Amino acid sequence: MTPDPAEAAATAMARHRHDPHELLQVLREVQESCGWITPEAIDCIQARLGLPRSKILGVATFYSFLHINPCGRYRILFSDNITDRMLGNQVLLDRMCRNLWIERGKVSEDGLVSVDSTSCTGLCDQGPAILVNGIAITRLSEARVDEICDLVREQIPVGDWPAEFFRVDENIHRRDVLLGTPWLPGAALQAAMARGTEALIGEMKASRLRGRGGAGFPAGLKWQACRDAPGKARYLVCNADEGEPGNFKDRVLLATAADAVIEGMTLGALATGAWRGFIYLRGEYRFLLGHLEGVLERRRAAGLLGESILGREGFDFDVAIHVGAGAYVCGEESALIESLEGKRGTPRNRPPYPVTHGYLGQPTVVNNVETFASSCLVALKGGAWYADIGTRESSGTKLLCVSGDCARPGIYEYPFGVEVRQVLEDCGARKTKAVQVSGPSGACVPAAEFGRRIGFEDLPTAGALMVFDESRDMFQVARNFVHFFAHESCGFCTPCRVGTSLLTQMMDKLANGHGSPYDFAEIEKMNLILQSMSHCGLGHSACNPVLTTIAKFRPAYLRRLAHEEFEPAFDLDRALGAARQMTGRDDPAAHVLPEEAT
Amino acid sequence: MSATFLLDGRAIPFSEGQTILQAAVAAGAYIPHLCFHPDFKPHGSCKVCTVKVGGRQSASCTTAAAAGAVVESDTPAINAERLALVQMLFVEGNHFCPSCEKSGDCKLQATACDLGMVSPHFDHFFPDRPVDASHPDLLLDFNRCILCSLCVRASRDVDGKNAFALAGRGLRTRLIVNSRTGRLVDSDVSAGDRAVHVCPVGVILPKRRGFSVPLGRRVFDLKPISAVADASAQIEER
Repeated sequence: MTPDPAEAAATAMARHRHDPHELLQVLREVQESCGWITPEAIDCIQARLGLPRSKILGVATFYSFLHINPCGRYRILFSDNITDRMLGNQVLLDRMCRNLWIERGKVSEDGLVSVDSTSCTGLCDQGPAILVNGIAITRLSEARVDEICDLVREQIPVGDWPAEFFRVDENIHRRDVLLGTPWLPGAALQAAMARGTEALIGEMKASRLRGRGGAGFPAGLKWQACRDAPGKARYLVCNADEGEPGNFKDRVLLATAADAVIEGMTLGALATGAWRGFIYLRGEYRFLLGHLEGVLERRRAAGLLGESILGREGFDFDVAIHVGAGAYVCGEESALIESLEGKRGTPRNRPPYPVTHGYLGQPTVVNNVETFASSCLVALKGGAWYADIGTRESSGTKLLCVSGDCARPGIYEYPFGVEVRQVLEDCGARKTKAVQVSGPSGACVPAAEFGRRIGFEDLPTAGALMVFDESRDMFQVARNFVHFFAHESCGFCTPCRVGTSLLTQMMDKLANGHGSPYDFAEIEKMNLILQSMSHCGLGHSACNPVLTTIAKFRPAYLRRLAHEEFEPAFDLDRALGAARQMTGRDDPAAHVLPEEAT
Repeated sequence: MSATFLLDGRAIPFSEGQTILQAAVAAGAYIPHLCFHPDFKPHGSCKVCTVKVGGRQSASCTTAAAAGAVVESDTPAINAERLALVQMLFVEGNHFCPSCEKSGDCKLQATACDLGMVSPHFDHFFPDRPVDASHPDLLLDFNRCILCSLCVRASRDVDGKNAFALAGRGLRTRLIVNSRTGRLVDSDVSAGDRAVHVCPVGVILPKRRGFSVPLGRRVFDLKPISAVADASAQIEER
C-alpha cells in the first residue's frame, strides 16, 4: 500500500540530514514513495525544513517528473525525440491510450494510469522508449504495448514486470582509447599522486583536454581557476544531466565506466582541493542509481573515496548522487547548481561564473561525465600523449551517439577530426539526407557537407549524431526540435518563455498548411530577438534548427506555403473542432466549407 | 571622484558594484525596464533593459558598470527588439488597458506607448488565469502578471514574509501565494506590505481605491515614462 505521506517525507528529510538544500531530493523521494507530492507531505517539509510553502511548490512545479496532484499509480511517459517518432512512437502512444480507454495527458477516472509524452529519454539507440514511474523501458512494440496495458490493468507492481522490458544495452560499436582502456580502480589516482598535484594540473593543461559537454572550455584551466579562487570550500560537480535529444553517451559511460568517471572526479578533487563532489544524474537515468551507489560504496571500501584517500593524510573527498527530475535546462551549469541547492533550475546571471561562485557561492568545477573519464587517461598516460590524439584544437577522442536511420545505432568512439562520412559508413547508414550534429541546438549537415569533421574547428558536439535518410521530412525534424525547446524553456526570461512558444505557433502554422514567406521573415525576426536578448543558451539556440533547415532544405518549407505573401493562421473550421467533439458530431453539415469560409 | 561610462553619449557616473541600469536610474537617465526597481536586487528576467556594450547585448540591470564603457541603448534596432518583447508580454497575458484601473500608472502600458506599440503583432495566447478576490483589502488579477517577481522580492526582502513565489516552468510559469489553500486571504499579506505596492502592472490592487486619481491625470498620462525615468515611488505612494 502507499505509505503515509508525512512518514515518507520524514524519512526522506532524515536521509538528507534535514538540509534545505536537499529539497529537490526530498521531493523526488516523496514522489517515489507516494506517487505524488501530497499536501500533507508538503506540510511536513514546510514545518521541518523551515521553507515557505510557496517555495516548495515553486520547486515542485518546475520539474516535469514531480506532481503536486494525483497523477495515476502508473505514470507512463513516451520519449518524444524525433528518433522515437521515426520509430513509430505516436502510433504506439495512441494504441496504449485506446487500449486503456484514456485520453493522452489525463489521468484515468479510477486514478490508475496516465499516459503522456516527455522529452528525449536518452535511449535513442533502442527506442521507442518510455518511462514507467520514472524507470526506462526500451524497444517498445505493439506487442509490448499490449502486454504493458495488461500489466497495468491487473495492477502488477512495476518491479514485477518482465526484466526484459527494462534491458538497456550499451551498443558500443567502436572503441578507442577511452572505451578501450581497462579501468583499474585507483591506477590513475596513484599515477597522479606520484606526480604531484601541481604536475597534475600541468598535465591537464598540456593535454589540451576540452570540456565534453559541448562548449569546450579547457578542463585544466577550469581546475586551476577553481583551485586559485578564494573560498571556504571547493566543490566538484559531474554534470550527468544529459538532456540534449539524441545524446546517450553519459548513460553508457556511467553504466560501463563509472569507476573512470568517479576517479576523474577524485583527480579533480586532488587538483582543486575540493572536499565534496556531486554527480547530478538526470531523472531519466534513475535506473542507474543503484549501480552508481554500488560503485561509490566499493570505492569507499577500497580507500579511493572518503577520508585520507590512498592513505594520504588530508586528502578527503566523497561523492553524493543528486537525481534530477526532468528539466533539460539544468544541463546548463549555473541552473544545475541552483537545482543542486534545492531551487528552481533557472540559469543564474553570469558573471560571476561557477568556478569562483558556484555551489553555495563557493568555487566549483562543473565538468561533463566524459571529461572526467578522459582526465583519467591524462593522469595515466600524460598530457603530451593525450594531446597527440585528435586535432590541434580538439585533442583526444569523442564519443558519438548515433541514432536514427542506420543499421547499427549506438556509441562510436573516434579521435577528433573524423569525417561525418566515415561515421555514416561505419554505422551502416544508407541514402542519408542529413545528420543533426549535437542535437537540436547543434548543426544540421546535408549530404553535400559529409566531408566536414567532428571537432571544435568545424562541427563541435556534445555527442549526438542523428541520421535522417531520404524519406525524412526535415521540416518535421525542425518542428519537433522547436517544440522541445518550448517545452524545456525555464520561463525565466521574456524572450525565451514567450518566443519559443510563438516559434512553435509559427511552425505549427506552416505544418497546418497556412504558411507564407511572411512567416519566414517572422522566424528570422524571432531568431534575432532570441539570440540577442535571451538569458541563456537555450533561448539563443532555439531558432537554430529552423534557420538551418530553411537554409539547407528550403523545398521542405516551400511545399507548405499556401500563399506567396501572407496567409492567416486562423482556420474557422478547425476552430469549430472542439464544438464538434463536444456535440459528438462530425458530419459534413458540422463543417465550414471552404467557400463559406471566405 | 567617481568613474563614468557613456550611455548614448552621455557620461553616467557610477560607484563600484553598481550595474549599468542602477547607475542610469540614479543619474536620471532612462533605459526602458519592467522587472527592475531601484530598491531591489536586480533580477534580469524581462530583458526590456537590454543594451549593447562592446558589441554584445545584455540586460543592463545585471551588467556591471565599467569605467569608460560605451553603452548603446536608445537605438532604432534595440528599441525594435524591446517593442517585440513588450508585445510578447501583451500576448502572453490578458491585458485590457481601457478598463484596467491601473491604466495611466502601469509601466507595461507606458513602456508600450513610449516604444510606439500600436498592435500586439503576435497571436494572443488567451491564458486562463482566474482572479483571487478572497482578501478583504486586496485583489489579485493574474491576467496582467508579467512575472517580474518584484512582489516576490519585496515580500521576501522587505516584508520578511515570502508571500509570493513563482511556480511552474516555461509558458506555465505563474505567480502563486504562500498559503495552504493558495488563496490570498489565507496568507499573511496585509495591505501595508511593500509587496502589494510594488507591482508595475495591475496584478495586486487595493480594493475600493481604483479611480481615486482620475484617468487622464495619472503619472504616465501626464508625461511619457521616458521623461519621468523611474516613477516607482510616485506610483507606490498612491
